[in-house]
Amino acid sequence: METTPAVSHKEAPVRFSISNLNFFYGAKQAVFNLNLKIPANKVTALIGPSGCGKSTFLRTLNRMNDTIRHSRVQGDILLDGQDILGMDVVKLRRRVGMVFQRPNPFPKSIYDNVAYGLRINGYTGRLDDLVEKSLKRAALWEEVKDALHKSAFALSGGQQQRLCIARALAVDPEVLLLDEPCSALDPVTTAKIEELMFHLKDSCTMAIVTHNMQQAARASDFTAFMLDGKLIEHNETSKLFTTPQDPRTEAYITGRFG
Amino acid sequence: MSQLRLMWRKSLNAVMLTLTGVAAFGVVSILFLILGYLIWNGGRSLNWDFFTQLPKPVGESGGGMANAIVGSLKLLLLAALIGLPVGLIAGVYLAEFGGRTFSFVIRYTTDLLNGVPSIVIGIFAYSLAVLPVKHFSTLAGGFALGMMVVPITVRATEEFLRAVPGSLREGAMALGASKWRTIATVVLPAASGGIITGMLLSLARVAGETAPLLFTAFSNRFWSPGWNQPIASLPVMIYTYAIAPYDDWHRQAWAAGLILLSLVLLANLGCRLVLSGRGATRSN
Repeated sequence: METTPAVSHKEAPVRFSISNLNFFYGAKQAVFNLNLKIPANKVTALIGPSGCGKSTFLRTLNRMNDTIRHSRVQGDILLDGQDILGMDVVKLRRRVGMVFQRPNPFPKSIYDNVAYGLRINGYTGRLDDLVEKSLKRAALWEEVKDALHKSAFALSGGQQQRLCIARALAVDPEVLLLDEPCSALDPVTTAKIEELMFHLKDSCTMAIVTHNMQQAARASDFTAFMLDGKLIEHNETSKLFTTPQDPRTEAYITGRFG
Repeated sequence: MSQLRLMWRKSLNAVMLTLTGVAAFGVVSILFLILGYLIWNGGRSLNWDFFTQLPKPVGESGGGMANAIVGSLKLLLLAALIGLPVGLIAGVYLAEFGGRTFSFVIRYTTDLLNGVPSIVIGIFAYSLAVLPVKHFSTLAGGFALGMMVVPITVRATEEFLRAVPGSLREGAMALGASKWRTIATVVLPAASGGIITGMLLSLARVAGETAPLLFTAFSNRFWSPGWNQPIASLPVMIYTYAIAPYDDWHRQAWAAGLILLSLVLLANLGCRLVLSGRGATRSN
């Protein structure tokens, strides 16, 4: 059993409650007995060296791993108290959106990219308003409002990533999962996305996987450190980075490995 | 000694370089010889009548091949209606759904089907669609060509779907799209340029097929209304006219050859345009 230091969640209700989570790719176990609570309207960062299972863990939260053959999940993942493993996956993904490592806009117009989630979910209201609102929430509206019907590929990498965020926000998810969203972006664009995350906290819970420890320190409220598929330490970001409890956490954040 | 060896190596290099150049030149010149010969002979025989007139009765000169042009188009339309949907849907299965063993079997069978001589396809269509009803028909010809369209369409669809990055599929599924929804609204549109190209090329290929039409669509010298009668087509007309003893027919066979080749070249060119247009928006 890994010990997870107690974190006070008094100020924020828990959105995701994960207990005794194990994940397998065939015979290979990638996540070991993981327990974690993700507080609502906060940013939780997942850090750890490559291959430590943080992306795998993130992808269990909206069941993106379902598509991988021979993969297996054990344990409980509760979203607002409901078990997501028994939930209809379409409904789950409408509530838990995801932004990927590399921007992956669809080969459609900017407008159609944002409207995609609404259309497939049978939304019948005024699309124009929601598209505008989503682009504003992703801080992209001012840059694209005159080019809504141009191809999304005409945008820069950073704009494409914000478009992907807008696309995920359009269906108004409760949780936004971000899988190294800035790893392909330059520092200026990265700063824009971090600022955006700060403003999104009002309406959205976020979990972000990042390789960049400065980013975790800057942009998150809580940080979880993973190593070899196990959760080593989870605490408020300021505490984890200043007074890590576990020597392995300290070694990692001071750059001695990983 | 080493001096000799160096000279030997240098001259061998020069000889091989020349050989590859000559072979490459040969390839190009074959195409241009055919093209030039066709344009020279066919171009002189082309006139407005060729496109608008029916063939004249044997012995009279003049007339055209309007019925064969329309006939070829009708046969291609049938082939497209029969072959393209089957090929497209099977290609989607192979790229998106197939398991390992079953997919292997389908892929292998498709390649074999692609290699079946067209005359054998013709016999098959003959025994299936001509013998039971005891007459040649447009339907039987379209059926034969349709079978030949399938394998190329399957493989083109599969290849272009596989080229669509997995991140697009994940993006759609993360928004709550079902697998079929993802394929229909994101993956297929992303691959549409390539798939359409493959379809056009497969139609262009069967447009020139003669053997399977000889004993399915047969031919005739008149308009062929409906779908249940023998119908003329450009390749069969070329065959009939080229082996006939009349100079006037030979000229018309050249003209028909030129038209057929132009159709195929136009299809190829159209594909290039479609693909380059898409390519510009896709690369990022």
